[in-house]
Amino acid sequence: MTVQAGRRAGIEPGALDSALQAPLGELLLALADDDFVLGFADSEWTGIAPHLEEDVAMSSLAQDELGHASAYYGLLAGLTAGDADRIAYDRPAEAFRHCRLVDHGRGDWARTMTRRWLYDTANAVRLEALAGSTDRLLADLVVKVRREETYHLLHGEAWLERLASHAGEPRRRLLEALELVGPDAPSVLAPLPDEAALVAAGIQPIPSVELIERWSARIGPVLAGLGLALPPAAPAALDPATARSGHGPAFLALYTEFSLVRGLDRAATW
Amino acid sequence: MTACVATDLLPSSVADEVRVILAGIVDPEIPAISIVDLGLVGEVSLVEGTLAVELLPTFIGCPALDLIRATVTERLEHEMAKPGSGIERVAVTISFAEPWTAARITGRGRAALAASGFAPPDRAPQLVSLARGATCPYCGSRRTVQENAFGPTRCRSIHYCTTCRQPFEQFKDG
Repeated sequence: MTVQAGRRAGIEPGALDSALQAPLGELLLALADDDFVLGFADSEWTGIAPHLEEDVAMSSLAQDELGHASAYYGLLAGLTAGDADRIAYDRPAEAFRHCRLVDHGRGDWARTMTRRWLYDTANAVRLEALAGSTDRLLADLVVKVRREETYHLLHGEAWLERLASHAGEPRRRLLEALELVGPDAPSVLAPLPDEAALVAAGIQPIPSVELIERWSARIGPVLAGLGLALPPAAPAALDPATARSGHGPAFLALYTEFSLVRGLDRAATW
Repeated sequence: MTACVATDLLPSSVADEVRVILAGIVDPEIPAISIVDLGLVGEVSLVEGTLAVELLPTFIGCPALDLIRATVTERLEHEMAKPGSGIERVAVTISFAEPWTAARITGRGRAALAASGFAPPDRAPQLVSLARGATCPYCGSRRTVQENAFGPTRCRSIHYCTTCRQPFEQFKDG
């Protein structure tokens, strides 16, 4: 995807300090890989969601995530004179920089919905900040992404409430999911290794520690209202060295799946 | 709506010609409406022989976008980049410089959507329009319920009219 220069004020494409290229690249890769991996995992529900309307909804959500990932990869390709498809598909599994929350497999429906809600709420806080980024192309794109994410937030919250308010199996499965993926949820907002440079340049206008506080303040009351609480964060989910690396078997299986066809003929035209 | 407005960067004769050509290109998923009436066309400029056209996606992951871009490129190259025209090349890009919203759909576009069984989006902020009943394109009733915020394509939602008992779709605000 070719992305045209925007008209918002900020750093012009090509005018970026060369010392900021690598940190910006890491940020774009984190945004892209999160949506790409989550989009692929959620697309596994196509055809087998609990009912037809949900099948349509889940497929749409997954398609959105892949669309957003494609646009972020496009910005990264522009930054590095690379190719979006090659970045997305031709990297080894260990080069992916998605966060620990999306590294889990989709699991059952309750886990998928719990993970979606945690991701969408954290991502909303992240994107709200990045809409004010000094990087103009990123800010332009994020403004558009946020409009689409509104639908995701409404969908996720409706499911969280539905599962939480039905005693028995729905609530039991929700609690199990929260216990499993909840400790990794803050990894969406964990600091990147070069966060200081991004914050100083205004590319990431708000430090991650503040983003995590905002997110906790926002989701805490929603969870409390349903008699739920987020488990304490796993130390690895907040550490820049581990929040986005050391992927587990669920991702490796997904990676094998999504890189399979591409691997058959890397020179093919899609 | 900035599509094909003559500016310093685009002589009015060229703007007129571009407008006519783009108005003849329809949305591949809803062929009743042109990409101009849908509000997909952003800035158009002519700089040093390059006719540049911005396309604003309704939804970022819209798979029809590549087809639309290829069609726009092909038509403009074929009909405008002629010897002596001053246009040597055509560059069509996907832009997020201004987000596409339903407010970009023209009056003619809204009528075309309604005539083909799609409720046009409400002229309202996104969250308000999500909460209210869409107007049934068949009987005009607002006694409708949203069956699914997601539909057969990224830009369509599914509704049911409790007055005339007809299911219908609404074009979504992006």
